[in-house]
Amino acid sequence: MTTTEPVSAPVVKVEGKLYTNRYLVDAGHPHIKVKPHDKPSKALLSLTHTCPAGCYSLNDKGHVEIAVDGCLECGTCRVVCAATGDIEWSYPRGGFGVLFKFG
Amino acid sequence: MNEKFDAIVVGAGPSGNAAAYTMAKAGLKVLQLERGEYPGSKNVQGAILYSDALEKVIPDFRDDAPLERHIIEQRMWMLDETSYVGMQYRSEDFNEEKPNRYTIIRAQFDKWFSQRVREAGAIVLCETTVTDLIRDSRGKVIGVRTDRIDGDLLADVVVLGEGVNGLVGQTAGLRAELKPNNVALAVKEMHFLPQEVVESRFNLKGDEGVVIEAMGTVSAGMSGLGFIYTNKESLSIGIGSLVSDFSETGATPYGMLEAFKNHPSVKPLLAGSEVKEYSAHLIPEGGYKAIPEVYGDGWVIVGDAGQFVNSVHREGSNMAMTTGLLAGLTIARLHRMREDFSRANLAAYKQALDESYVMKDLKKYKDIPSFIHRNSKTILGVYPRLLGQAAQNWFRVDGTDKRTKEKEILASFRKGRSLTGLIGDAFKFARAWR
Repeated sequence: MTTTEPVSAPVVKVEGKLYTNRYLVDAGHPHIKVKPHDKPSKALLSLTHTCPAGCYSLNDKGHVEIAVDGCLECGTCRVVCAATGDIEWSYPRGGFGVLFKFG
Repeated sequence: MNEKFDAIVVGAGPSGNAAAYTMAKAGLKVLQLERGEYPGSKNVQGAILYSDALEKVIPDFRDDAPLERHIIEQRMWMLDETSYVGMQYRSEDFNEEKPNRYTIIRAQFDKWFSQRVREAGAIVLCETTVTDLIRDSRGKVIGVRTDRIDGDLLADVVVLGEGVNGLVGQTAGLRAELKPNNVALAVKEMHFLPQEVVESRFNLKGDEGVVIEAMGTVSAGMSGLGFIYTNKESLSIGIGSLVSDFSETGATPYGMLEAFKNHPSVKPLLAGSEVKEYSAHLIPEGGYKAIPEVYGDGWVIVGDAGQFVNSVHREGSNMAMTTGLLAGLTIARLHRMREDFSRANLAAYKQALDESYVMKDLKKYKDIPSFIHRNSKTILGVYPRLLGQAAQNWFRVDGTDKRTKEKEILASFRKGRSLTGLIGDAFKFARAWR
């Protein structure tokens, strides 16, 4: 009987996926903000891989940053950081943000 | 806008649309608010439409609703990295005059539903985000605050159909924040293929369709629940897992989706397709125990915002429409009898829910979500692999006698999960299911 060891998953980039989507970016009005921090909490740090749009990244100062342009407005980061209060989350202004053609 | 409405509905998804349609049909002055550019532009679902729930709102929906394919076949797969063990059911009986389930594309379906809401007489205002509720001095909800200039809007009752990630109910303190182990994150892609390719690949004719539900490990220990739905000329493919699973393991949602797409049983189904959209959405998975208060002075909650999802049967949009319908009927009846929308009177909505399949089903499975959360690694990881190995052992003809094969299979289960583990899982599962 043969068994297969799990192979490690290839590193997947999400940017290519986001290109297929339509967005109306509300320039200058990001709807999510990361609060200033010295060292990111475990929850905040986990957003760098948990966000399905890859909006969160770690900069060279060790801070977690967000670029909201590709946001899919799912709310995952809000739920993950609800207990820690690391981020401020609101919906984009009416009409702005992602526009699903199919949903 | 200074006029006052009989009812304001927040959100234009299935629950909000069912409520707005029902109330407008009954003659109420209804205002519906939607933050997207058009109804559906912010909405994401697999998506399966359950006819029964929509029929009870719009009996003749089949005349002009944008339906993709009616489901004649259901495949259920337990995946390990290289295999699946499956069960499938296909029946000609599903080729009936009024099919029971359809695949749909939500942006198109929601636009159609919203058009029906408008025709019924409701005013639908898009590109308007509701930011809070307005209360009178005694705490009764009397309207909503929006992000428009002079954006306060008043009504006798507010129906919150704002979805799983709705902020209004939370901001206003009507319901608690979602918990990472009570909500799943699913990601999905739309893969386009010529219609005849979809039909030949899935053995379909005309508008027939197939649903594939998959659970198990896709690669590198990533475990999730995946799906593939056939649309007319596209496939919806997605996978999800609890938010807590993602945040605790380091797996990425898009990595899990790619692993699922590259599974040797899945990849040939997608060959040559063009991807036209990538989306993500939360699914409430807490079940009965996570349902918040769904009514109060001047307000009711419908759909995903109220956690009305049966995660065992993957049903949510039907519950959204049914809760919207029951809220709409309750409000229309109170309006007709010139009663007020006090907490005491709106309790009739909860009573109607309790008498419907919505609360009966959610109550039946009330212990399932916590069972799955506690045992997800075993259910999604260990068992699919053990079953796959057992099937391979059984079907591979290699000179080993069958009694030895039986012993090997039994031994692999004992080794993989131990006898007490096996019995314990069966016992706990039976207790949660009953």
